[in-house]
Amino acid sequence: MFSFCTDPSTLETYQWFACYFTTGKHANFYWAFVTVLLLLAVTAPTSLAMGFGGASAARSRIAPVRWLGHGYISVVRGVPDIAFFLFFVIALDQGLEFLRHSALCPDWDQPIRQGNDFIVCDAAKLPLGNAPQWVHEVYGFALAVFTFAIVFGAFAANVLYGAMQAVPRAQLETAEAYGMTHRQTFWRILVPQMWVYALPGLSNLWMVLIKATPLLFLLGVEDIVYWARELGGTANPRFTDYPHGDWRMWYFLFLLVFYLAFTRVSEVVLERLMNRLTHGQATTGGEAQRKAA
Amino acid sequence: MDSCLQTIGDYGLRALGYGERLLPRSDFTLCQQFTLIGSGMLWNIYFGVFALLAGFVLAVAVAMGKASSNRLVRKPSEWFIFLFRGSPLFIQFFFAYFFFLSLKGVSPIFDAFSSAWLGALIVLFLNTAAYSGEIFFGALKSIPKGDMEAADAYGLSGYAKFRRITFPTMMRLAWPAYTNEAIFLFHATALVFFSGFPARQQRGDALYYANYFADKTFNPFVPYPILAGYFILLTLVVILSMGAINRRLNRHLGKAPKLKIRPTLIR
Amino acid sequence: MNKLILSTALLAIGAGAAFADGHSVVRLGTEGAYPPFNFLNDAGEVDGFERELGDELCARAELTCEWVTNEWDSIIPNLVSGNYDAIIAGMSITAERDEVIDFTQNYTQPDPSSYLVAAGNEGLNVETAVIAAQTNTIQASFVAEMGATLLEFASPEESVAAVKAGEADAVLADDSFLAPIVEADAELAKLEREELIGGGIGMGLRESDGELKAKMDAAISSMKADGSLNALIEKWEVGAKF
Repeated sequence: MFSFCTDPSTLETYQWFACYFTTGKHANFYWAFVTVLLLLAVTAPTSLAMGFGGASAARSRIAPVRWLGHGYISVVRGVPDIAFFLFFVIALDQGLEFLRHSALCPDWDQPIRQGNDFIVCDAAKLPLGNAPQWVHEVYGFALAVFTFAIVFGAFAANVLYGAMQAVPRAQLETAEAYGMTHRQTFWRILVPQMWVYALPGLSNLWMVLIKATPLLFLLGVEDIVYWARELGGTANPRFTDYPHGDWRMWYFLFLLVFYLAFTRVSEVVLERLMNRLTHGQATTGGEAQRKAA
Repeated sequence: MDSCLQTIGDYGLRALGYGERLLPRSDFTLCQQFTLIGSGMLWNIYFGVFALLAGFVLAVAVAMGKASSNRLVRKPSEWFIFLFRGSPLFIQFFFAYFFFLSLKGVSPIFDAFSSAWLGALIVLFLNTAAYSGEIFFGALKSIPKGDMEAADAYGLSGYAKFRRITFPTMMRLAWPAYTNEAIFLFHATALVFFSGFPARQQRGDALYYANYFADKTFNPFVPYPILAGYFILLTLVVILSMGAINRRLNRHLGKAPKLKIRPTLIR
Repeated sequence: MNKLILSTALLAIGAGAAFADGHSVVRLGTEGAYPPFNFLNDAGEVDGFERELGDELCARAELTCEWVTNEWDSIIPNLVSGNYDAIIAGMSITAERDEVIDFTQNYTQPDPSSYLVAAGNEGLNVETAVIAAQTNTIQASFVAEMGATLLEFASPEESVAAVKAGEADAVLADDSFLAPIVEADAELAKLEREELIGGGIGMGLRESDGELKAKMDAAISSMKADGSLNALIEKWEVGAKF
């Protein structure tokens, strides 16, 4: 990075650190922060969509769809996310490859499972065997996003289901009395009104999501915890120009500060948003605002 | 069938250190997987139950502290809640293990703290105390004003008012959210042997054994679903027992309102 | 999954020949946390004995290879489900593993495992001691069978830290891994006693992938024959020469 970095062992402390913090390995560490933020940015709307689907299904008038919705919510919520993460990604990957295999290679005559091996034809591989590395990375990232979305979608579904139930019955009955169809009542009356009730739960969920990101390494994404461990571990002079002792403590301290700051900022922003949303609403919060003004 | 009973005898309490010393190393049967993962669940239950019980007491104290008008009490309570709610449990485990290790150098009294049964329990205890403290604080703030005024009118004050009015009302209001917290706490116990704390003599929790089988059989599709099944059962038990307490809390209302897991999830 | 990041070392050698058959690009999976076998260097790229070996093997077999890192825990499941084509991660050849995957011939001599202890504690009786090892390694099963008190850690780094903190009496791990650590730290020492576990390190492949196995085996044989493998072993100090 800097021209004086050629022989780190001769450097003064501040220069040594300047070089140390700009190694390619550290660049990976900084890049991991971008990955985590990106994951949060993509996962949040995806989970919300899954949650919306789940909650709508749980309210459906068709019994099997309703069971499916409730089943999804309670099964995923009943299992620790870590257990889910440990096998779901492989299952998902194999499932997708199997589907592609059935579609793309109908005349394949060998079994897909040969002993322990899972073999599909080359055209069905995801990503294709000769795809460049970045495609593999994007695919891995997409699987991680999807897994997170499944887990957090169930929680979001639970929140949204509760919020839908919280919308006063009278509102829906009035809509029906006006001759609206079920579909119209749902989209024009229920959905716009439920957000106020859902926001406290959803903001909590956002905080949970932030705090679940250290588990990303289980999904094969090299996240900040992975790099903090890798960089903080004892660096032996034989294998690096920057030998040091066990510095994991400091790296984790940095992560701790990062997470505390991140959750704090989210808290403040969400509080403001809630104040906005409750403004003028016929809820206790709205009433309090009116009195204070 | 007989051999399965035999397996249960050998490995049923393996997680606690009783029975067969060596874990199975070849010819893994479904029965072995069910038995050992179930045996590991004992640790998840141990961590969950004790952290929940001890955490409850601290949580009430912290909630009262956060609501206090005394700065010296309020600030530490606020910081405690912020620190434990604002950071991932994974990182808390890591730090706790580091911290307890360095305490060992100070005095041998602290020897036990770096083993999971005590060290991890303390982390889970503080963690759940912070989360539940916030829940109780929220409930405390939403006690109807009229209830407190009525208490004053009856001449109740100090501890008597707390014990007979404030505390029971707070519990009633907080219970649905607290049920959620209890569920999350039990799930969080799966992290113990995954971050920092070492497993001793191959005595670990359910996830440890599930991971062991996944590694030995090279097939994650059997042990992890078994683990998931056990946790779903445990979650059901938690929901049922919290529901029973809820009925008791609301027994004066005649027909107790059904415990609704409210859309506010706190963790 | 676990198709991780890292250095995309595309070797452009003999690309034409490489595209001729099933494997246009051979993906090599490694852990990246086990020096001197494999680790991440300052630039964040896979480096070490196995990096040089793998690149050379691919060149000799006229294959285009790419490096991928993966957590140790799931390194075999990800191989069999086809996320990479070979494991080259300091993996000892054992009968258990051989049932699930195939190994090439070994490219290091069986490496003894040694005990790392705090300096001054060389008189330790390992049979009654508390011994740390990485979870799911041959050393962990060895300690469990020996009857000493086993402490399992997720990474080798943590097991060494446990000895320094007095949590464990000793670490049992590959000698080549422990030697540079002892060299760099005066507070640590090795016991005289060594354990011969494992049958040398080989490259792990899917059982259905006989073609790649044959190519790699041939490449390893040629490296053994012309002495270039011995030169690498000497350079990285990973045990005895062939």
